Amino acid sequence: MDRLVDLAKVLRSKNSGPFEITLDVLFDDEATYRRVKDRHVITEQSICKAYKLKREDIECIVFFDMALGVKITFDRKISSGTCFDRDVYGAQQHAPLMELLVP
Amino acid sequence: MKRSFRILSPCGILGYGFPNASFQHGLEMKPDAIVVDAGSTDAGPHKLGAGVAIVSKLACKKDLRRLIVGGAKLGIPVVIGSAGGSGGRVHVLWTLSLIDEIVSEEHLERLKEVIVWGDIPKDAIKKAMQRGDVQPLGRNVPPLTEQMVDETTAVVAQMGIEPIVKALQSGADIVVCGRAYDPAPFAAVGVEHGFDLALSYHMGKVLECGALCCNPGTTKDCMMGELFEDCFEVYPTDPNRICTPLSVAAHTFYEKEHPYLLRGPGVVQDLSACSFESVGKNRVRVTGSSIRPSDGYWIKMEGARLKAYRTFVIAGVRDPILISKIEEVEQAVKGSVCRQYCEIDPSLYRIAFYNYGKNGVMGDLEPLGDTPHELGVLFEVVAKSQDLASAICASVRSTFMHYGYEGRKATAGNLAFPFAPSDVEFGKVFEFSVYHLMKVSDPCEFFPMEVR
Repeated sequence: MDRLVDLAKVLRSKNSGPFEITLDVLFDDEATYRRVKDRHVITEQSICKAYKLKREDIECIVFFDMALGVKITFDRKISSGTCFDRDVYGAQQHAPLMELLVP
Repeated sequence: MKRSFRILSPCGILGYGFPNASFQHGLEMKPDAIVVDAGSTDAGPHKLGAGVAIVSKLACKKDLRRLIVGGAKLGIPVVIGSAGGSGGRVHVLWTLSLIDEIVSEEHLERLKEVIVWGDIPKDAIKKAMQRGDVQPLGRNVPPLTEQMVDETTAVVAQMGIEPIVKALQSGADIVVCGRAYDPAPFAAVGVEHGFDLALSYHMGKVLECGALCCNPGTTKDCMMGELFEDCFEVYPTDPNRICTPLSVAAHTFYEKEHPYLLRGPGVVQDLSACSFESVGKNRVRVTGSSIRPSDGYWIKMEGARLKAYRTFVIAGVRDPILISKIEEVEQAVKGSVCRQYCEIDPSLYRIAFYNYGKNGVMGDLEPLGDTPHELGVLFEVVAKSQDLASAICASVRSTFMHYGYEGRKATAGNLAFPFAPSDVEFGKVFEFSVYHLMKVSDPCEFFPMEVR
């Protein structure tokens, strides 16, 4: 088992508009990308568990073979930059994803 | 039609800066246009709501001067998207005042300036709402009401390429756009010169972040994009960076909800069939970009309204007994303050605590629960007025400082304040109240052109 962070070239979070957070995981070789994709490491279930989300909070999980990457987009509870938001750019919401284990 | 067309993108946001050497190198490559994106909603709703820029005057003017002088020297147009950051009237006027200073200082009065405004009148939004032509952009965006429109300070919308093409056709040397879809100013320049819409848009999407699609990536350096009939190429003008097929393909992901379907004004870009290949030592060639008209022409509106006033305090906690029960103590402090002000309607203010070192960044989403040896505690009061926020916050601070929690040994004080005074009046807090699509019959309807 490897942690996702040890296999990914890029692993980041950011706003996609003020009402959503998007997580990107990018790989620099096809075999590793295939390993993560084919072993179903990144699923609604694993994301919900890592982020304490409900399934309906997740907008999409899309693999993009051409870029050797996967994108996960979920709804913000509080829109960017208003009262009680904690991360205006959404740039520090990726850490729980790093810890997913890849067989 | 020219065989190829080069667009120089100096940086990811006008005012972020770029190295002189890279820019000069870019100019030596004889670009056909300089296009820069000045906009973003990333920094939250405050810039739009309060009518302020996202970069300093000093930084913006420094960048603008180099672009205008460089463009004038080569006789090529300079196009600025989403002027002033949010692209509202006040932001465009701020940008124009800087251009006026530069034009006068550099004796460039001969340049023809064209503005494309991007403000949406509130009565037009209300009419569109009545027709059913307004919808939230996202499942968790609340439906728009007339009250929300009235409370919003100013509404802008992201223009597509059509009004910018018009401005370019008028022979403009400098085009200053209000709020624009980030890739649109780049795409407009390509389309105006007869290049393919899909390639022009996709190249714009890559260029609008400056050299972010490079290794190493940054928004603070220059990129060149070159359009051909059946492909485009992108490359950094700084020899210390390179584009790789992966770095460019990966950039497609950036800040979008979907990796290869990108919705813009009147169009949907589909990048799923694209190929990215290395050319030479630092270039990437992209083929296979496609685009289709969307079902109806929808423009994305943005607006912010005043939500509250804030006062906050930053403090440190090192006492292990207090750290072990920090949330419990904070709730007790909150309860005590509410009782101290029992004559004030509690719906007029809210008190919040953020425990950095524990779950300050992620809040309820934080999966770990380790106990740190030190905490940064930020507490804030947001209220209907600044005076109320400051009064309540002062009481939170004094109550927290001296709160006698169960098991306390350190009876002299609970908080280490880094600053005196400790309470900071923040001012207005805004929220995005308009983040909605509006259907229009004419892509130029709300984006009038003005020749200066």
